[in-house]
Amino acid sequence: MTAVAVLALAVLVLPLVALVARAPWAELPELLARESVLQALVLSFVTATAATGLCLVLGVPLATLLARAADWPTVPRRLLRAAVTVPLVLPPVVGGIALLMLLGRRGLVGSVLEDWFGVTVPFTSGAVVLAQVFVSLPFLVFAVEGALRSADRRTEGAAATLGASRWQVFRHVTLPLVAPGVAAGAVLCFSRALGEFGATITFAGSLPGVTRTLPIASYLAMQSDPDEAVALALLLLAVSVAVLLGLRDRWLPGVRG
Amino acid sequence: MRRMPRLALGAGALALAVAAGLAGCAAAGAGTGTNSSPAVSAPTDAAPATITVFAAASLTDAFDELARQYEHAHPNVDVVLNSGGSAALAQQVVEGAPADVFASAAEGPMQTLVDAGLATDPAVFATNTLQLAVPAGNRAGVTGLADLARAELRIALCDESVPCGAASAKLLAQARVTASPDTLESDVRAVLTKVSLGEVDAALVYRTDVLAAGDAVEGIDVPGAASVVNRYPIAALDGAPDAAAGFVAFVTGPAGRAVLAEAGFGAP
Amino acid sequence: MMPAEPSSARPSLHADVTVTRGERRIAAAFDVVPGHPLAVIGPNGAGKSSVLAAIAGLVPLDAGEVRIGSRRVDGLPPERRRIGVVFQDYVLFPHLSVRDNVAFAARMRGGSRSAARAVAEPWLARYDLTALADRLPAELSGGQAQRVALARALAADPDVLLLDEPMSALDVEVRADMRAELATHVREFGGATVLVTHSPADAAALADSVLVLERGLVTQRGTLAELRAAPATAYVERMLAASVE
Repeated sequence: MTAVAVLALAVLVLPLVALVARAPWAELPELLARESVLQALVLSFVTATAATGLCLVLGVPLATLLARAADWPTVPRRLLRAAVTVPLVLPPVVGGIALLMLLGRRGLVGSVLEDWFGVTVPFTSGAVVLAQVFVSLPFLVFAVEGALRSADRRTEGAAATLGASRWQVFRHVTLPLVAPGVAAGAVLCFSRALGEFGATITFAGSLPGVTRTLPIASYLAMQSDPDEAVALALLLLAVSVAVLLGLRDRWLPGVRG
Repeated sequence: MRRMPRLALGAGALALAVAAGLAGCAAAGAGTGTNSSPAVSAPTDAAPATITVFAAASLTDAFDELARQYEHAHPNVDVVLNSGGSAALAQQVVEGAPADVFASAAEGPMQTLVDAGLATDPAVFATNTLQLAVPAGNRAGVTGLADLARAELRIALCDESVPCGAASAKLLAQARVTASPDTLESDVRAVLTKVSLGEVDAALVYRTDVLAAGDAVEGIDVPGAASVVNRYPIAALDGAPDAAAGFVAFVTGPAGRAVLAEAGFGAP
Repeated sequence: MMPAEPSSARPSLHADVTVTRGERRIAAAFDVVPGHPLAVIGPNGAGKSSVLAAIAGLVPLDAGEVRIGSRRVDGLPPERRRIGVVFQDYVLFPHLSVRDNVAFAARMRGGSRSAARAVAEPWLARYDLTALADRLPAELSGGQAQRVALARALAADPDVLLLDEPMSALDVEVRADMRAELATHVREFGGATVLVTHSPADAAALADSVLVLERGLVTQRGTLAELRAAPATAYVERMLAASVE
């Protein structure tokens, strides 16, 4: 038992240890200062931030709907939940292909956009954001939905009997109760968007400064300059660890069981 | 070869890594020429074997056919194909991926393996040249390389880190065209897919890819393409089973030549 | 603001409510005068809590009216009715300290956080909560939470107090003590008070008269003695017989 558990732990941890051990630490400053790396870093942060913002705008209402769907009949309730869950379990490449079929130049909607408005979606930074939203939205929705469900709706009624207006109820009761969930969801959403690869390279392509995000740059660098690839991978690892620490220290203790 | 990662989980990978290491130290150059003849002429050779062939993306269809024919002639041999960008494949082999044969779309990636002491005496078995590829119908009216500079068109090229990208860059420089690509893909088949889906208006791919894509893609010959020739080397990797050398001999022999010619590849 | 002394100046409550919850239609009409609490008693699912929620404005009325003194409130949102509610399980704000729970109403009236806390202080003292003021609701016992819920509701200076099963969240062994304590507080409040319960013991300790609600309809009203003398339904008879608590 314990031996297997140790083995499992090794499977999880050793690759990362190897990544850190094999990193070209001496050249790291030079590698990370490269134009191609900085470009990918900036693009990744800008697109992942935009995707997180979009996820918040779209995801909080969807989470509210999902939380309310608890009273719905079984079939529509399960369909709704499945629709939100699918991108979580789908290989991202499939998401990329699906987005292409919808928004590509010959896609269901993309062809209309192209013919009527002269707008093409693939190969733009916007396409990167869309791919990221597709894969990361469920993370936000489920985090917020969980917070909404665990929050007792009767507290809102209680606040109203104590003289709180609708806005005050939202501001002083609903928001503080779900805020930890929203924040945790946004952080998960951001880190998932930052790491997005498959849907992006399939749907958005790979052009430096426009669609070549950190993971794609890292993948490509592996073919020509492994040292740069390792440096990029380290950068992504560092961001992920930072996100994890931020989540644990700042938000998780605030959510009481 | 520097520190080898010790995380290779498959026993095969481990065995290959050890074998490769030994081969590298002892410089035990297995003469492909002498080793290959028995394998080729002996469809009944003893032990059943599986050989793993890493082949450039542009070789995908031709090697599918070659593997099928070779397996037919050697029922005890199972050929497993892994295709991708040549540079990525070479990198994977260096990192210990269990390959027995490597067929590259350019000499650069093969040299990576030779330098790493993993391959000796690669043989050039085919050549390829670039062609403009446009989606069937050519709605954008692409006629030549100069169209790749039109900013309003959607253009896909191979990334310069892979052979078709290096060749494309050379061809464009030679024609003094500054392309305005919308995406730089990591292998030629990814570029081809973008063309056949109609997501891009034009792309530079190998003429063999245009042929392989069938009706979805039209090829346009470009002047100067003949002077930018990709030479495809192949080698059985050191430490690979005899059947690997047999497969190499088959590809470079008359039967292989015929299949490759059919697919549009030029003679070495 | 000091806690109000018992006052006969408080208005009475007139409730005539019809609401629909799920498949069930619930109708009840009654008047409650200050200082004479009414217990609404009935089996589970009879619609007792819905009647309270309708009076408080938390569920819409199908028909009827709610008046407090001369003020008609059924068209008003809950926050303008001046009706205090002690909810079942108390429904304290889990993210706020005991102090801020009690200060909530003052805060909603637009005071600063510190001004609202100042208003809460005498209420905390009166309900023996000063030592617990910095705790979160999750850190309270059932009896403590009940006192916070009551202090929170009364600190809003309501005209009417509604109590929904106030004893049900308490352990059986402390119920008798808590019941006596709650009865004292309700008397001190002095305004019109409606208590929902399924326990005749609660009704006996806290209320002057009883209204029996079964399947959404009022089946009997009177004092407990009157109910004992002539139970109108089998439920009333069973309930009174079982209530030798």
